[in-house]
Formats: sequence, structure tokens, C-alpha cells
Amino acid sequence: MLESLSDRLQNIFGGLRGKGKLTEDDINNAMREIRMALLEADVNFKVVKDFVARTKERCLEAEILDSLTPAQNVVKVVLDELTYLLGESDSKLEFSSRIPNVIMLVGLQGSGKTTAAAKLAYLLREQKHNPLLVACDVYRPAAADQLQTLGDEMGVRVYRGEGDNPIKIAKEGVQDAIDNLRDVVIIDTAGRLHVDEQMMQEAQNIKDAVQPENVLMVVDAMTGQDVVNVAAAFAEQVDFDGVIMSKMDGDARGGGALSIREVTGKPIKFISAGEKPDSLEEFHPDRMAKRILGMGDVVSLVESAAKLREEEIAEEQAERMMRAQLTLNDFLDINRQVRNMGGISKLVSALPGGDRALSQGQVDTSALDRMEVIIHSMTVEERNKPDILNGSRRARIAAGAGVTVSDVNQVLKQYNETKKMMKQYLPALTDEPVRGKKGKKGKKKKKRGMGMPGLPGGMSMKDLREIQRLMDEMN
Amino acid sequence: MFESIKQGMENTRTKFTEQMNILLDRGPRVDEEFWEGLEEALILSDVGAPAAFSIVERMRDTATRKALPDAYAVLDALTEEIAATFATSEVNVFDENPVLVLFVGINGAGKTTTVGKLASAGKRAGRKVLLGSADTFRAAAIEQLAEWAQRSEVDIVQRERGADPASVCYDTIERAEATGANFVLIDTAGRLHTSDDLMRELEKVVNVVRKRSQIPVRTVLVIDATTGQNGLNQARQFNSALDLDALIITKLDGTARGGIALAVSHELQLPIAMIGVGEGLMDLQVFNANEFASALISEELRGVTHEDAEA
Repeated sequence: MLESLSDRLQNIFGGLRGKGKLTEDDINNAMREIRMALLEADVNFKVVKDFVARTKERCLEAEILDSLTPAQNVVKVVLDELTYLLGESDSKLEFSSRIPNVIMLVGLQGSGKTTAAAKLAYLLREQKHNPLLVACDVYRPAAADQLQTLGDEMGVRVYRGEGDNPIKIAKEGVQDAIDNLRDVVIIDTAGRLHVDEQMMQEAQNIKDAVQPENVLMVVDAMTGQDVVNVAAAFAEQVDFDGVIMSKMDGDARGGGALSIREVTGKPIKFISAGEKPDSLEEFHPDRMAKRILGMGDVVSLVESAAKLREEEIAEEQAERMMRAQLTLNDFLDINRQVRNMGGISKLVSALPGGDRALSQGQVDTSALDRMEVIIHSMTVEERNKPDILNGSRRARIAAGAGVTVSDVNQVLKQYNETKKMMKQYLPALTDEPVRGKKGKKGKKKKKRGMGMPGLPGGMSMKDLREIQRLMDEMN
Repeated sequence: MFESIKQGMENTRTKFTEQMNILLDRGPRVDEEFWEGLEEALILSDVGAPAAFSIVERMRDTATRKALPDAYAVLDALTEEIAATFATSEVNVFDENPVLVLFVGINGAGKTTTVGKLASAGKRAGRKVLLGSADTFRAAAIEQLAEWAQRSEVDIVQRERGADPASVCYDTIERAEATGANFVLIDTAGRLHTSDDLMRELEKVVNVVRKRSQIPVRTVLVIDATTGQNGLNQARQFNSALDLDALIITKLDGTARGGIALAVSHELQLPIAMIGVGEGLMDLQVFNANEFASALISEELRGVTHEDAEA
């Protein structure tokens, strides 16, 4: 599997320690590795060529060659350049004052347009818009049914129209939005090949008919070298405004994203990662750059953790945690939250080097399941007061859970470690003693929860390192 | 058949030809620039950088060893090389009779459409076709397959959305046995290979089918030709979970060159049973490694260049 680029560079530069200075040859070696890493991430060949040339130039500057840590500096240059290529600032949807605003989705077959349409509707509704979905895919059997079902599930109105003229349906859809007081119309179109002139013309005709504020192209993150041809053809004929990268929950590095930006100049607006309607996220170039290089995406992970914690940690539980009186039930809750964040594999893959650990089977993804089974085999009393677990109780639990006593011991050991860890760092975060006033707790919790400046919610970098360490122990 | 594949892969070939023409404009000399161009063309066709490097390395070897005179001779040798890289099987899974085929793959690869087209082809060939709709997850997947069944006038087993896919398979097998169907095609829900739970679910489905079915069971992975290097990861995961029998490459009618097919077929030693080269019912074709390789390196290009060489 892929080694992360930083690891590779460390390997190259590792042998040069004591040499004092890097030569152009060393840089050339590094560039070869960078080229390989980018090609393996499906960045377009031509983009890679230019990129490597540009990066090499910057790396040959004296300040990098002469620095004490050339490897890190080279990685930093690469990361900077990648981020620059992906678009320096986050690019959001721009709305006009027209009502309704129209968003049209285009793309190849199977890129995930219909799913993305539904997710976009969900996101817009969260942002207090009132969206309408319009089903303009008259070719694929049951495509309109699919959108209808997704719309019904979320409670978003779907207009599907009659007949097989997508232009007419699109127009009627906009009118339907006016009649039903919807402020955003999302038009889902049929998948089409960029070389199919007739179908490309149709997309253009739909666009002319409804004059959308935003045309978004949905691109599968797993697309290979061909993505630039596809995107360039769509840009020329339909002139889209931005890109939604779909299927980002897989382990594809999405190097195509970088290529699209470079070749067409169109920014990526959203990434879609998951089967659930709430899995459409705004795109952040810096995080994507790290992903392409295999450097993990800790920030997104912390955000999703923070989101879950805000939603799910009950006040009472939060307070117990603050006092470091963690029970095994809390342990189960944490377990459930990890699952909600996409399970251990997602958690691990977001950590630097995590992809590699997963692929090499260093991470036992079933550890959490086993832990859950063991805790479920305990009585309520045992869960609340794990101290009472003596030898015979442990033997009973092991038999009940179908594991060995040492497995049970290990869970308890992890529990004690976690408890100890919380005790250690909680006082540092708590600048005032906990008082029992119910009304203020919510606020206090948030304030105390700030582990590190810049990181939202109740998780700090320390937590993440701790999670990683604990998971290492599980193996 | 050869002609139709060539037709379908027109774009693929044109693209490669373009690359090669640019190379050959420089005359048939085999120099550094030629090798670099060849490497580039291979990488751009998604065979992957390591594979491209190793193919070029081997061709360099061959060129020296066999004293190949010019670029054309190298391209001829390359055709053979590429053709030989594909894994082959004696019998195409869709020619087995009777057979039950499970279609698996990631979301949007084209499983349902492929099942629909194969149903129509099976019906035309006079086989007794039965479809099973085990994609009970995606909205309207069942309706989509039902529509295909209706178009080709074949029988279909379906349950409501959210039903257990294993039980749909079970019902399909029972129906097949009761009616004597000999061409049973089961569509499953698309899933990413990184999703442990969904992969386990699929494993269970496949196991149920293998245990229960009297008819020989084959599991086929459907891959989109536009897929890049991630295709290898997909194929590895699906293969290790399900022990695949063959591949189907879809959407070869775009400009995508489907080089990933070469990488997957070679690494996992899986034969490619079918390729999809268009939207029409007849655009699903039997794959043949030699034809694929020949079509990749254009006949025209060679015809033209040979004339030039003679002149």
C-alpha cells in the first residue's frame, strides 16, 4: 500500500544525516518519490509534471537546503504548493437575490448526482433554506423514484414532472418552487458522457432554460487520469461553477480533485462522504492536500468528534467525566460515539500513517465490538462500580461473553488507564472547582472542554494521541 | 466480434493513438524520448505508475535482446506483452450453464445496468433468465431492476426496500429451482470496500448463496473504467472478502482507457468476463485480451507506419 510521502522523504533524507547539506541529487530523489506519491493518488500526469518542476525550483532555494531539517521543509513546500493548487481559501456556494435560486447538478453516470442532490437539499435545509428537488433524469430506469424516496425520507418536496423532456421538467420545477414558496431549486440531471454530443447539448439546453446560479459537477473521488478530460469537456460545454467530490469515505486519495482545479480553474465546493444525508461537507483545500499526501485528516476528525459530543453527551455524564468518575457505561457510550464517527477504521485512517497501519492489519477493528460484548455481560452494579469485579465475577463475565478472562482483564485495564488519563489532564483544564448548579453546567462544560486553542469542542490533540496509544495497546 | 469491440473502444484507441502519433511523428527511432513518451501514455491510461515503469523496463529489455529495429516493432511487442498480462480463463462465467452470478462493486459502478443488459442478452440467447434484486438499500434500486426485467420480459424476485439481502437471495434460489432457471443474476447493493460492516454483510450474503445454491455460484466484481489507482484497493478488498471469480469493466465508451483493468486482472489473476462499451443493450461485450491489446494499439497506426517504413 501507499507509504505516506513524509515517511518516504524521511527515508531518503535519513541516510544523509551528518552530511550537513543536501545536494541537487538528493532533491531529485525526493522529487521522484513525490512524483510517485502523486501519481498513485491519481493526480493527472501532466499536472504532476508541472507541479514537480515548480516544487523542485522552490526546494533548491538555499534556505531549504541549508536548514537543519530539510526533509520537513521539503514536505512543507510540497504541502504549500498542493494547497495552493487546490485553491487557497475555502470556496462556498454563492447565492443571488433571485427567488428561487437554482442549483443544477451534472456529471458522468454513477458519479453520485442523485445522492448528492439529496444531501445538498439536507444541508441547505439545515441552513434555513427551503429547497425543492427536481428529478430531470428521464433516462435511467427509476431515477425519479430514487430522488422521490430520498426526498420523502428527509421531508423535502420533490418535483418529478411528466413525460421525457428534461428541459420542460426543469422549467416546471422552477415554477413549482415559486408556487410552493421554495427558495432554492436543486435540479438532478441524467448522467452523461462528455463525448456524447447530444447529451451534452441537452445539459446546455437545461442550463439555458433555467439559468441556474450554480452549476455543480459531481465527480467520483476514485476517478483516475481521465478526470481532467471529463472535467475540461464539461467546463467547456456546460461551464460549471464548482465541483462536488463524491465517495470520499473510501480510501481513494482524490488526486483528481487537484487536477480539476488546475486544469479547469473550477473550485471544489463540497465533499460527500457517507451513506447518510448529513454527510456532505464543505471542502477545505489544506485538509485535502494532507489527504493526498497520506498525512491524515486530524482536523476533520476532531470536528466530527466535537459535533457528536455536543449532541450526545448528556450533562450528567459530562459532569461525571469532569470528576473523573468514569463508569463502564460511559465507556460503552464512547464506544458508540466512535461507531457514529464511522468506526475505528475511519478514526485510524484520519490519523497520520493510519492508512498504512490499517492496510497492514496492525489495527484490530473488532476490538471495540469485543469490548462492547464484555461490558454487556456485566450487571448494572458491576458497570457502575467496576472495583467489585473479583476473580469469580470476571470468570462469569468471560464465560458469558465468550472470551477469556484475560480479555476481560484487558478491558478493565484500558478502563483504568482512561480513567487515570482523565484525572491527569482534567484539573489542568478546570480553572474553577465544579459546583452543583444545574443551570450553568452547559456553558462551563464548553469552556472547560477547550483543550487547545483553534480546536473546537471538547477534544485536544492530547486526546487524539491518547486514542492512538490506547488503540495500539488493544492489539 | 472483433470489429464491434474495436468500434466500442474507438475512443480508447484514438486516445492511445494520439499519444503514439505524437511519439511517432519523431520518426521510428527508439530513444530516451520514445521510452518516456511510452511511459507517459501508459500512466495516462491508468495502468498505474509502478506498472508503467515495469512494463517500459521490460520492453527496453526486449528491444535490446531481440534487437527490435524501430518504434513500430516495439509497439508490436508491446501489444503481445499487454495481452499476455491479462489473466485468462477457459470458460467465460456467463457461458456456463446453469450458473448463478452475484454482482458486487462500489456505488455507481454500473451493477444494476449490467445485470439488466445481461438479462436481455440471456433472454435473446434463449436461456431461462431469473433476476434477483438484493440491493435493498439504495432508493429505487429494486424499481430500476424491475424495469429492466419488464423490458426483457424475464422473471424477477424482489422484496421491499430494507429487506434482508440474504433472504432475497434465498428466495431467488428457491424460485430458480422451482422454475428451472439456468441463468440467475443477482444484483447487490453498492458499497465502498472500506466499509467493514457492509463488507461483512456482503460476505454473509455470498456465503448463504454458496451454501444454499445447487447451481454453480460465481461472484463478479463490476469496476468503472474511469476508476484510478484506487481500483486496486477495491478489487483487493472485495477479493479477499468474497473470493471473486471474474471482473466486468463498465463505461469503456468514454475517453477513459480502463488501464486499471490490466492492473487488477494481473495482480489478482482474475479474468475479465465482459466489457461495457455503450448505453445500448448490445453494448455489453465479451472481453478478449488479445483484442483489447490490439485495439489499444491501433491497427490503423500500424498500417500507416508500415507503409511509411516500406516507402
